[in-house]
Amino acid sequence: MLQLVLFNLFNGLIIGAFYVLLALGLSMILNLSNVINFAHGNFLALGGYLAYVLIPYIGFWPSLLIAPLLTGVVGLIIEQTMIRRIYGRDPIYSLLLTFGLAFMIQDACRYIWGVNGLPLATPPSISRPLSTEFFFLTGYRVFVVGIVIVAVAALFMFLRFTRMGMRIRAGVFDLETVSALGINVKLLRSLNFAGGIFLAGLAGVLAGGQIGLNPNMGDSLLLPSFIAIIVGGMGSLVGTLLGGLLIGVAAAITTVFFASASDTVIYVIMALVLLLRPRGLLGEEGIL
Amino acid sequence: MRPGGDTTAALRGAAERRWAVLAGIWVVLIAAPFWLPLVHGYTSLGSRILVLGLAAMSVNFLIGFTGVVSFGHAAYFGLGVYGAGMMLRYVTASTPLALVAGILLGGGAGVVVGAMICRSRGIYFAMITIAFEQIFYYIAYKWDSVTGGYDGLRGFQRAPIHFGLFTLDIKHSDLAFYYFVLVVFAIVAGVMGFLLRSPFGRTLLAIRENERRARFLGIAVDLHIWLSFSISAFCIGAAGALYAMVNNFSDPSSLYFDLSGDLVIMAVMGGIRSFWGPLLGAAIFEVLQDYISSRTVNWLFFIGLVFVIVVMFFPRGLLGMFQRRRAA
Repeated sequence: MLQLVLFNLFNGLIIGAFYVLLALGLSMILNLSNVINFAHGNFLALGGYLAYVLIPYIGFWPSLLIAPLLTGVVGLIIEQTMIRRIYGRDPIYSLLLTFGLAFMIQDACRYIWGVNGLPLATPPSISRPLSTEFFFLTGYRVFVVGIVIVAVAALFMFLRFTRMGMRIRAGVFDLETVSALGINVKLLRSLNFAGGIFLAGLAGVLAGGQIGLNPNMGDSLLLPSFIAIIVGGMGSLVGTLLGGLLIGVAAAITTVFFASASDTVIYVIMALVLLLRPRGLLGEEGIL
Repeated sequence: MRPGGDTTAALRGAAERRWAVLAGIWVVLIAAPFWLPLVHGYTSLGSRILVLGLAAMSVNFLIGFTGVVSFGHAAYFGLGVYGAGMMLRYVTASTPLALVAGILLGGGAGVVVGAMICRSRGIYFAMITIAFEQIFYYIAYKWDSVTGGYDGLRGFQRAPIHFGLFTLDIKHSDLAFYYFVLVVFAIVAGVMGFLLRSPFGRTLLAIRENERRARFLGIAVDLHIWLSFSISAFCIGAAGALYAMVNNFSDPSSLYFDLSGDLVIMAVMGGIRSFWGPLLGAAIFEVLQDYISSRTVNWLFFIGLVFVIVVMFFPRGLLGMFQRRRAA
């Protein structure tokens, strides 16, 4: 029983780690630009596919960095050409625009790489099981958790200690004042958007190694990432981090006791949070 | 301002024009089964467009006339679909009861969800509506024994309606069904139109235009948003019930958020500032979708492109552009 609980707990941690990577990117874009990026899950798939293309040439380790960077560049181009134009307009337009982009990226991936799943080769050094007793602790899954911890730590350090990071945090608080102080807000938003997409691309490479690649691979992660943001609280990245881990682990623990409810439990958590604490666990007063 | 005499004449002219437009719309809708074949359409396509148009108009009650964006309205549409389907399948083969079941299930869920979310605003409101929609989708998807799960609910058909003296055979006659749909459409659209012209509707417009000022005037903003959300859910529940009868099938994808996106783009294509715009948008979107998916396997890409083009180049929609030109 203990082993079963631990197994599911660890599973929950892994899935929670993916929610966190995706939700943090979404949350960054949402907080600074007031845009819900429906295409976020499709950027995740794009990141995985780019790694698939790159790995035969440059190997796994460089791809782990380069593929997300390229995904971020694609995101930057889309932001520059389309999304930038709808900043500040009624939210309906950003929703529809990214909704359409999601369809386009998904179908483009299907057209280029096919409907069927593709495997993403991971190096043997990290694919071995680490322990026979705790069979679920494969090297790759520990590696995923490790990379996510590094990425999240790097993101928070960046936001905390660099000039750019401070400007982004200030912009979330009051973009107009930041702009009045002579800071290039357009550039800030573009880089922030690309950063969010970079995280989605990274999640794509990691998820590809775990479950393989297919054009819809991000779909099942997108909605839980929304929930992570709602539960954690709008406007708070730490809240998003907590929210992602919480719903990942809660869903996995539920699997042990009442398997058919594991998909529903995250929505129950969301409903409870909205009833008892409408602004989310760490959400800022006034936003919600 | 122009002198008084001119203004009243202009107002009378505007009122006359409005009646003329309204009469024109109804003539076109009533005559649809006769002119549709001339443009390579067919009667059941007309029924389908009418139903989706009603759904898009219900969404627009909230988006266009209250200024609150729901991106999860397929939930209440889909509950209407399942309400009607389950009534026909499990309880009784009665079309009116199926309609009532769909309206109550969709609207009831809207009342509950609306009460939970009416305090949030803007993009966050949209995000929470999407999340709630997913709950209903999961229930329909997982509750195999009742909803048919992934395969959807089959094994029911719309039933002829008995009026005592005569029977309207909507089961076998597409034409009779079209007129049945049109009557329900007229009633629901009439209710929405009536509400929008009432003081309640004017209050919604005030909230849309300037929420803070409305609040200062003592309007209970959250309450009005909740009411508007609920009304729109009841109306879209009716559309969902009709949709179940169009297809004789309850499909879980009618609850999925892709459909919410489709309904919102229909409203935007037609023009969210106009009452009839979403119906026009539904007609255009349906025909476009039919055409694109018959031409290419990569139809999804081009549907996405339609969304992008509408947002980038025609954000006011067709009737919106027309209105602006007339105003200029």
